Amino acid sequence: MNEQLAYTIEVFANGLMAGVLYALVALGFVLIYKASGIFNYAQGVMALFAAMTLVGIQNGQVPFAHLINAIFGTDVHKFGWHVHSFLAIALTVLVMIALAWMVQRFVFRHLVGQEPIILFMATIGLAYFLEGVADLMWGSELKALNVCASEGACLPQGMNVWLEGTTYEALGYGFFIDNLDIVASIVAVILVAGLVIFAQYTKQGRAMRAVADDHQAALSVGVSLNFIWVLVWSLAGFVALVAGIMWGAKSGVQFSLSLIALKALPVLMLGGFTSIPGAIVGGLIIGVGEKLFEFLIGAPFLGGATENWFAYMLALLFLVFRPQGLFGEKIIERV
Amino acid sequence: MFYREAGDFRTTYAEDQQTFPIKFDRYRYYLVLFIAIVVVPFVVNDYWVNSLLLPFLIYAIAAIGLNILVGYCGQVSLGTGGFMAVGAYTCYKFMTGVDIWWGGELLFRLPEFNIFFSVIMGGVMTALVGVLFGLPSLRIKGFYLAVATLAAQFFLVWLFNRVSWFYNYSASGQISAPERDIFGVLLTGPSVQPWAAYLFCLFFTITCAVIARNMTRGASGRKWMAIRDMDIAAEIIGVNPLKAKLTAFMVSSFFIGISGALFFSVYLGAVEVGEAFGITKSFLVLFMIIIGGLGSIFGSFAGAAFLVLLPVALKVVGVDWFGWPTDIVAHLQLVIVGGLIIVFLIAEPHGIAQLWRVAKEKLRLWPFPH
Amino acid sequence: MKYKLGTMAVAAMMAASPVMADLVFPSLSYRTGPYAAGGIPFADGYADYFTMLNARDGGIGGVMTKVIECETGYNTEKGVECYESTKGEGSLVYQPLSTGITYQLIPKTTADNIPMHTMGYGRTSAANGDVFSHTFNYPANYWNGASGAINYLLGENGGSLEGKKIALVYHNSAYGKEPIRTLQELSKKHGFEFKEVPVDHPGQEQKSQWLQIRRDKPDYVIMYGWGVMNQVAIQEAANIRFPMENFIGVWWSGSENDVLAAGDAANGYKALTFHGVGSDFPVFDDIKTHVTDAGNAAGAGDQIGTVLYNRGMYAAMLAAEAVKTAQEIHGVADINAAQMRDGMEALEITEEKMAALGLPNFGPSFKVSCQNHGGDGLVGVTQWDASSKTWSLISDFAPSDMDVIGPLIEEDSAAYAAENNIESNC
Repeated sequence: MNEQLAYTIEVFANGLMAGVLYALVALGFVLIYKASGIFNYAQGVMALFAAMTLVGIQNGQVPFAHLINAIFGTDVHKFGWHVHSFLAIALTVLVMIALAWMVQRFVFRHLVGQEPIILFMATIGLAYFLEGVADLMWGSELKALNVCASEGACLPQGMNVWLEGTTYEALGYGFFIDNLDIVASIVAVILVAGLVIFAQYTKQGRAMRAVADDHQAALSVGVSLNFIWVLVWSLAGFVALVAGIMWGAKSGVQFSLSLIALKALPVLMLGGFTSIPGAIVGGLIIGVGEKLFEFLIGAPFLGGATENWFAYMLALLFLVFRPQGLFGEKIIERV
Repeated sequence: MFYREAGDFRTTYAEDQQTFPIKFDRYRYYLVLFIAIVVVPFVVNDYWVNSLLLPFLIYAIAAIGLNILVGYCGQVSLGTGGFMAVGAYTCYKFMTGVDIWWGGELLFRLPEFNIFFSVIMGGVMTALVGVLFGLPSLRIKGFYLAVATLAAQFFLVWLFNRVSWFYNYSASGQISAPERDIFGVLLTGPSVQPWAAYLFCLFFTITCAVIARNMTRGASGRKWMAIRDMDIAAEIIGVNPLKAKLTAFMVSSFFIGISGALFFSVYLGAVEVGEAFGITKSFLVLFMIIIGGLGSIFGSFAGAAFLVLLPVALKVVGVDWFGWPTDIVAHLQLVIVGGLIIVFLIAEPHGIAQLWRVAKEKLRLWPFPH
Repeated sequence: MKYKLGTMAVAAMMAASPVMADLVFPSLSYRTGPYAAGGIPFADGYADYFTMLNARDGGIGGVMTKVIECETGYNTEKGVECYESTKGEGSLVYQPLSTGITYQLIPKTTADNIPMHTMGYGRTSAANGDVFSHTFNYPANYWNGASGAINYLLGENGGSLEGKKIALVYHNSAYGKEPIRTLQELSKKHGFEFKEVPVDHPGQEQKSQWLQIRRDKPDYVIMYGWGVMNQVAIQEAANIRFPMENFIGVWWSGSENDVLAAGDAANGYKALTFHGVGSDFPVFDDIKTHVTDAGNAAGAGDQIGTVLYNRGMYAAMLAAEAVKTAQEIHGVADINAAQMRDGMEALEITEEKMAALGLPNFGPSFKVSCQNHGGDGLVGVTQWDASSKTWSLISDFAPSDMDVIGPLIEEDSAAYAAENNIESNC
């Protein structure tokens, strides 16, 4: 098999995988934007917060230990127990639901009917706030994140040996795919399928879609906006947790995790802010596009590290032809 | 009681159209100017200038620039950091003499520009780049445009990091401002007198604010606002959206370029593009104008003050007065700033400028509310 | 941190006017932001050593020390604020802990006559004391690091790297670009093929870079990374099964933080260093008795012996030794910043001195002079053992190739001198 072709295919496949990871982050944005028109800048910080909470619960850290010690002169750090990963995930989901409720109750309930930019600003305030709280609660040092079903059965990391071996025998070149990426893809598929089923076939899901279509009409047929918004923020919190686990497993949990939001923005732009399939397709296009560009043009001719801006340029290119993104709702302008 | 227009008669059109039609306002404005120009330079020291006044003034210029684009013309931009970088690097190149290469040979080298003109050139170049990256705004709107301007942000930062011509081929890619002066008064470098740096920036800030104020209430400003409020309607009544949007991008980028040039040359003296002009800078300036108030020059100042002074104030209170551990203070800082933003928005969604307007309305009646 | 905030507040209020008779060491730390994980242990180590000196010896030469901590968050603007707010407190020496803040402070500290110590970071050519009168970067700098890595590889390969392929994975910033020139020169000298692989900040996603390395199959990879980039790079290297013992990080890519996230996969990873690792030194017993057990530790007290804690402690030790040297030279106990500079310039660290301090063989012995602010540039190599979760020093502190580095330093500092009209200082 031609070597250059093999490399290109490998880059392509890994681009797809990276795209899935981007899409995971983008999903959270889409959920909230669709239902409430809020561009949630805090999505990245929510992923960080969720991952930190998960690790904190797993390791039995005392929340706000540093602050408590500083105020009361005590010396507490850990409860001294280890919580099973699944239980910890469940507890973290509860925390994210509580967070969603609080966000709705204390912030956005007071901002109903404001312009989008003001809602956006409020999420920026929320991002600052959450970042500070997350650090105060769990400390800002680096934490290793590992989700294990049982001892030894953790999230897999590293090259998929089977795939490499098989392709090597069949094609003469062993392809590299990261096991974690495969898991992330499966999780993403389940997540999206779950969301679609939820939105299509449950009562709450239908109410959610009604709210997304038209707030006032939904309100008039008896849908509780408050409930739906809490629901949507909880779902976004859950998606943030999943994204936090997938990204955090590779890099450890630390502040930089909140910057993954920047990777999701071109995806959103390309796929459209309001479309769940758009987030997935956008993610794949961005993932493949930036990796291929870096491989074919960026690294050999431009000195490398082109991915960050190329993702945006690519999205920009698509937007020039479709200003609402690939799957976004058509913008209809009336005077 | 004090603040009212009773007895304040205007007999000419010029008087009627001045920026501060109310006498009290006008005197207050003169007083602020007087204090800023005449009093402050004599009382400031290094600390006040370098940690508070310079960043405030420079961010105020950037905020005014961005406010023209976002607040007046309605085009959300997240490219501010990249545009500031254009200003900074242009200023650096002109300060040290632009060298033009062709085919591996030095074709010629421009003489070194005076710092004042270097800063202006920073603005001019940024205006050109701004127009270029403003072109997509003709097709793309709203948050889509905001994200599209991020392309400018990331591309420009990458470019300045990659092409060594921009940093005169230094080993690490840092640019450092050499010592430059105007009429013998040092303005860049380590031995600058605090008052000189302060006055230099103040001059640019005041000039920019006056220009911005007059542009926004003139014909061009009205066109921008028409585009902001509804671009199709504006087009129908004869506003050329191409011209209006691109001039907004141009003027806005000019100011932002100036602020970037000052940020590099006078304030920091040495910058590295990724660190100083990264994406956080773009967000920071956008936060300033939203907190301060969109579509308000005063709001730009208020927002810059809020985000520059508040963290320092919190730090001083927490660390220096109460002696708390620095990390707890830093985290609390985030919590408090975030919380305050939310509280502000709930109390007054249109920013500090609107609070100010409301306060003025109240003052006109005070102390007799009826 | 076992004081209550309330009592601390009262105490701080009562002691509102700073006692000027202290030896003041500002610590521009970063316990928040993207690099907090690296900043916390360093700041703890720096503070704990001085606390220990106060408790054990009653300060240095009879004068108590005082550490003023100021949070920079690795942000240049906050760094300026920190510098301006602390320089009036009688600060003796600055440790800016960030390349950006260093560049920014080089002219300022020179103008204010306060020395600055950038240990293993900052502007490499500051090693030329002739030009950079107030900046010190002993015991080693980035170019020593690059050369040290190559020298180590030369030793591994029986003195020849002819035909080998070496890739540099670097943080695409001023810091990461530092070693490129040196490595280019060295590749000419030793005949190895050199390849640059930049990673953009923050480096959360490096698939492209590591696929590239997987294709190119370099024999060795050198990394200049910082923050999250390190953890991801080590994980990705493990993913593509790059042999860890052929992967060498600079000292900022060689702490526990960087390897722990990857778990067992990181076993065998190497990193450069200019100081000892582990807590097996007598001085740590003193720190435990006088600082941790007394409840005066700057952090949670669990960082002792980690690489970055040791580095912070080492920086504090060098500062304290410079103070002692300055006290000897000038014959006063309560020295000022200008005298501190003289002390740093006359600093000599010997084996005996370190042993007396409870740090036998902890770092290289070196000597600073007016021309040479960079020390002798001795660099060692450490290796990570994932099962015992410890770093161990696997080589001596060996000299780097000054024939190559010297001219580069000369050239870069000459450019700086010309740009800023600096006359010879020595």
